[in-house]
Amino acid sequence: MTRCIQLLLLLASSPAAFAEGGMSYNLRPGVTAISQQVYGLHMTIFYICCAIGVVVFGAMFWAIIHHRKSKGAKPASFHESTKVEIVWTVIPFLILIGMAIPATKTLLAMEDPSNADLTVQVTGSQWKWHYKYFDYELEYYSLLASDQDEITGKRAKRENYLLEVDRPLVLPVGKKVRFLMTSEDVIHSWWVPDFAVKKDANPGFINEAWTIIDEPGIYRGQCAELCGKDHGFMPVVVIAKEQDEFDQWIAEQQQAYQQAKQEEQALLAMTMDEAELMSVGEQVYDKHCAACHQANGEGLPGVFPALKDSPIALGDVDAHIDIIVNGKAGTAMQAFGKQLTLKEIAAVTTYERNAWGNDTGDLVQAKDVAALKGQE
Amino acid sequence: MSSISDVQIDHDDHHHAPPKGLMRWVLTTNHKDIGSMYLWFSFAMFLTGGAMAMVIRAELFQPGLQFVEPNFFNQMTTVHGLIMVFGAVMPAFTGLANWLIPMMIGAPDMALPRMNNWSFWILPFAFAILLASLFMEGGGPNFGWTFYAPLSTTYAPDSVALFVFSVHIMGISSIMGAINVIVTIMNMRAPGMTYMKLPLFVWTWLITAFLLIAVMPVLAGVVTMVLTDKFFGTSFFDAAGGGDPVLFQHIFWFFGHPEVYIMILPSFGIISAIVPAFSRKKLFGYASMVYATASIAGLSFIVWAHHMFTTGMPVQAELFFMYCTMLISVPTGVKVFNWVATMWRGAISFETPMLFALAFIVLFTIGGFSGLMLAITPVDFQYHDTYFVVAHFHYVLVSGAIFSIMAACYFWLPKWTGKMYDEGLAKLHFWCSLISVNVLFFPMHFLGLGGMPRRIPDYALQFADVNAIVSLGGFAFGLSQLIFLAVVIKCIRSGEPATAKPWEGAEGLEWDLLPAKAPYHSFSTPPEVK
Amino acid sequence: MSAHAPLVKRLIVVVFAMFGFGFALVPLYEVFCDITGINGKTDNVASQAATEQDLSRKVTVEFISYVPNQLAWQFEPKVKRVEVYPGESMQIEFIAANQSRAVGTVQAVPSVSPGPAATHLKKVSCFCFEQQTLSPGEHQDMPLLFYLDPDLPAHISTVTLAYTLFDVTPETTLKASVDTTEDGAKL
Repeated sequence: MTRCIQLLLLLASSPAAFAEGGMSYNLRPGVTAISQQVYGLHMTIFYICCAIGVVVFGAMFWAIIHHRKSKGAKPASFHESTKVEIVWTVIPFLILIGMAIPATKTLLAMEDPSNADLTVQVTGSQWKWHYKYFDYELEYYSLLASDQDEITGKRAKRENYLLEVDRPLVLPVGKKVRFLMTSEDVIHSWWVPDFAVKKDANPGFINEAWTIIDEPGIYRGQCAELCGKDHGFMPVVVIAKEQDEFDQWIAEQQQAYQQAKQEEQALLAMTMDEAELMSVGEQVYDKHCAACHQANGEGLPGVFPALKDSPIALGDVDAHIDIIVNGKAGTAMQAFGKQLTLKEIAAVTTYERNAWGNDTGDLVQAKDVAALKGQE
Repeated sequence: MSSISDVQIDHDDHHHAPPKGLMRWVLTTNHKDIGSMYLWFSFAMFLTGGAMAMVIRAELFQPGLQFVEPNFFNQMTTVHGLIMVFGAVMPAFTGLANWLIPMMIGAPDMALPRMNNWSFWILPFAFAILLASLFMEGGGPNFGWTFYAPLSTTYAPDSVALFVFSVHIMGISSIMGAINVIVTIMNMRAPGMTYMKLPLFVWTWLITAFLLIAVMPVLAGVVTMVLTDKFFGTSFFDAAGGGDPVLFQHIFWFFGHPEVYIMILPSFGIISAIVPAFSRKKLFGYASMVYATASIAGLSFIVWAHHMFTTGMPVQAELFFMYCTMLISVPTGVKVFNWVATMWRGAISFETPMLFALAFIVLFTIGGFSGLMLAITPVDFQYHDTYFVVAHFHYVLVSGAIFSIMAACYFWLPKWTGKMYDEGLAKLHFWCSLISVNVLFFPMHFLGLGGMPRRIPDYALQFADVNAIVSLGGFAFGLSQLIFLAVVIKCIRSGEPATAKPWEGAEGLEWDLLPAKAPYHSFSTPPEVK
Repeated sequence: MSAHAPLVKRLIVVVFAMFGFGFALVPLYEVFCDITGINGKTDNVASQAATEQDLSRKVTVEFISYVPNQLAWQFEPKVKRVEVYPGESMQIEFIAANQSRAVGTVQAVPSVSPGPAATHLKKVSCFCFEQQTLSPGEHQDMPLLFYLDPDLPAHISTVTLAYTLFDVTPETTLKASVDTTEDGAKL
C-alpha cells in the first residue's frame, strides 16, 4: 500500500517524462494543439484523483493508526448521519462537474468540421497499413521493417525495433490533415500517441479523424485493436515535413510511381536468372509471406497451410501464380497482385517452387505473371 | 443488525448424515456441499488461468519472441480472460452465495436444490470444452475474451464453435444460479428478516442475481449470432451482407458492462461484513449502502459505449456515455466513505480477513481512479487498448474482486470447517500477495501511458525494463497463491478448533446461532429475527 | 418447490425476454442508426426527388471507392468531388470492370462520413440498391443520382461517400469459375 502511494507521489512530482531517451512514464504532451490539451486534461484529472486519494486514504490510515484495539481504543457507536452522507454525495458530484467542463471543451474541440487541406485514406489489413493520398496519384503499403531475425533474437534489435516501417506516411506540418479510416478484413485501430489520434478502422465503414501537426519530426505508433496473429507487428510511422519539403517529396514520389509502372513494362522483355529470382524471392517471401507460411515454409498446422511439399507449390505454375495474384476467397490468403510488382511476384513464385526441397526447377518470369494478370 | 430472540440450533443433522464416496458429491443437493465444490472448482480455474498468465508474462519478460508464437500467445490472453472471468471470479461468488445466503437469512437450504446441483455440475463440462479447444487443429479461441467480430467470425479458427457452446453452458449455469439466489432470498427469509435487515452480502448478491438474469441471456444471444455468422451464412456483423461489426460491440458491451459489476458487487457485500467485524463497530450508513449498490447496478446499463469511444460515434453520444460513466463514481465513492467512517473511532484489529479488506479498499479505489480517468472521452482516446486499461481492470478484479474473495474465505473458514487457519501463514500469504500484486500491476499504468498497446506478444525496446519488473511481480503473485492453498489444507486437516464466534465484532445469524462448524443441515426450523 | 413456482416462472420469462432482447438490439440499432446516422449508413431505398434548393451555401461531396485485394475488379468514381447546393440533384458515375477471369457478383456498401450527414444524403437511384454481376473483362458505368437534404446541419461543409465493394458471388458460380480457371490454365 505504502509502495503504491510512493509511486503515485513519484508520478505526481514529475509530470513530464522522467526517463531520458527511454520510455516515457507518463502520457506524452505530443505535437498538436489537441494532444497538448488532452495531456493537460489527463494531468488535471490525475491531480484531482491524487487529492481525493490523499484525503480518503489519509482518513483511513489515521483510523488504522489511532483507532486500533491494541492501543486500547474503545469503539464509538455512531452508524449513520444523514448530514455527512449528503455532504459526501454532493461534494463528489461537484468535483465531477469540475472535471466534466474541461473534458467537454476538449471533446468539442476535437469535433472540428472545417475543411481539410489534405486527405489521406488509411486502410488497415492483416497486418499492414495502406496509405492513399486522395488528391495525388500516390498510394502505397507500409510494412514492419524489423526483420524476423531481430524478432527471434538471431540478430541484435535495432533502436526502433517494432516501431519502424519500410515506407512511412509523410505529412506536412501546420496543415489540417484528414484521415479516412477503413479496413479490408478485421477491425484495426490507427494510433499515433503524439497526435492523440486513435480511431478504429472498421471493415465496410469509414471513420474520420484529423490532426494539425505543429513540429516536423518522426512520430511512431501502433495498431491498437487486436487484429489477429501479428497485431503486435503493424506499427505506424509518420514523418512530418515542412510544406515545401512535403511538396517536393510528393512530386518525387509521384514521379517514382510513374517510373515504376514504366519499368514494369520494360521488365516484360527481360529474363532473370535463377540466382537473382531466388534472392529477390527470398526477400519478398520473408517480408510478405513468412508471417503466415513461416520462414521454413511449413506453415502453422490448421491455421496457415504449409508450402513445403504442397500441391500448389509443386503443381501447376499458373495456378500457383493465380493464387498469389488473386488470393483465395474466404481465407486469410490475400491477393498480392496490387501489393507486389510483377518482378516480385515472379521471384517469390520461383522461390516457393524451389526452396525447402520443393525442387521443381521452374523459373517464373515477370511476363508469365503479366500474362496471367491479362496485362500484356 | 438484529437481535435474536429464539436461539435455535439445529441438532438433527445426524438424521440425514451425508452419504459417503464420490456419489455424495455428484448427487448432493446440499447448499454447503455445492458451495464447497464451487469454491474448489473456482480455485482450480484460478490456478489454470494463472498458469496461462505465467505463460504470457514469461513471453513478455524480454522483447522478442522466446517461448510461444503469436497465435498461441493470443490464445493464452483469450483463454486466461475467459477462465478468470467465468471460471474463477463468478463461480467463487456463487460458491460463497451457496454457503452463506441460507445461513445468513435463516433458511435451511437454497430454494431449488436440485437445480443447484445442475448449475454446478454443468460448469466443469463447459471449461473442459473450452480447454479442449486449445488442442484442436488451428488452436483455440484467439480473438480476445471480448471476441470482436469479424475476428471471431470470418477470421476465426473453427474451434469458435466449441467456444460458443462452452459460453452457452456457462451462461445457463450462471442463470440457474442467479434464479436460485433470487428465489431463496425473496421466499425463504426467516420470519422477521425484513429486506432492510438483510446482511449486505445478501443484498449485493440479490442485485447481482438480477443483473445476471438480465445480461447473461444477451451474451447467449450475441455468441449465437457469432456462431451463425461463422457457420450458417447470416451477416449480423458482416458489412457485405448489410451487417455492422460495430453492432457486435454494442451488444457485447451491453452484456459486458453489467458483467463488470456482477464481478464486484458481491465484493462490496463481503467488505461490508468484514470491516465492521474487525472495527467492532456497526457498519456506517447501511441504507445508503443498499441504495448505492442499486444505483450502480442501474447505471451499469447505460454506460456500455464507454468501451467503444474509438469506434467513431457522434459527439452527443460520447458526451452522454462520458457523463453517465462519471456519475458511477458517486455511489462508489459513498461506499468507500462509508467503510472509512465505519473504521473511524472503532477498535480495529488486523487479522488476515481485515488485512485483505483494507487492501481491497485502497487498491480498488486506485482502480476506481484509473476508471474515472478512462471515463473522460478525450483522454480515453490515448488510454484505450493500452496497458493502462489492463492495469485498471486488474486493479479492480485482482486486488478488488479476488482479494475480497480471499478475505471472505479467511473470514468464514472457521464457520465452514469448525477450525482456525494458521494466522502466521495467512499473514505471509497476505503480505506476499499485496507486494507482488502491486509490483505486477502498478507499473502497467506506466507502460500504458508510455504507449504500449495491450494484447501484443512482443514490444519495442523502451518497454523492456518495466515489462521485466511486471513479469517478476507476476511470478511472485502466482507463487504466493500456493501459500493460500497450503493455509486452507492445513486448516481443514489440522486447524485448532474454532469457537462459534471467533471474531469478536462479527454479526449475523451464522455467528450468533450456529455452532463452530456449521452443521450439514442448519435452520431446518427457521429462527425468529426481531 | 411449488411455493417457488410462480417466482421461478416469472424469472424464466425474464431470461427468455432478455435473450430475445439481445436479438431485438439488431433492428433497434438499425432504427437508431437511421435516426442518428451513428454508423454512417445511408438509406438503402430510393428517395423522392428533391423539391427545394438552398442556394445560400455549397457543400463539397467527395467520392471514394474501396476494392478488397481479393477482388480483381476495378471500381472508381469518374469524378472525385463535386460541389452542390443542398437540394440540388446530381448524377455521377462510377466505372466498374471485372478484371478477373470469372463471372462475379458484387455488392457496393455505402458509408458516409461524417456520420450525422448520412441521413441527409438522399439517393434517388443508385447501383448500390442491388447486386451487380459482370462477366470477365466486362466493364460498366454505374450511375448514382443523389441530392443533399437542405436540412443538412450548417456546420457540415464536406460530405464523403465511400463505397466498399464486396464479393457476393454465389458459391456455385465461384466453384464453376474456379474450374474454368484451371481449364484456362491448362489451355
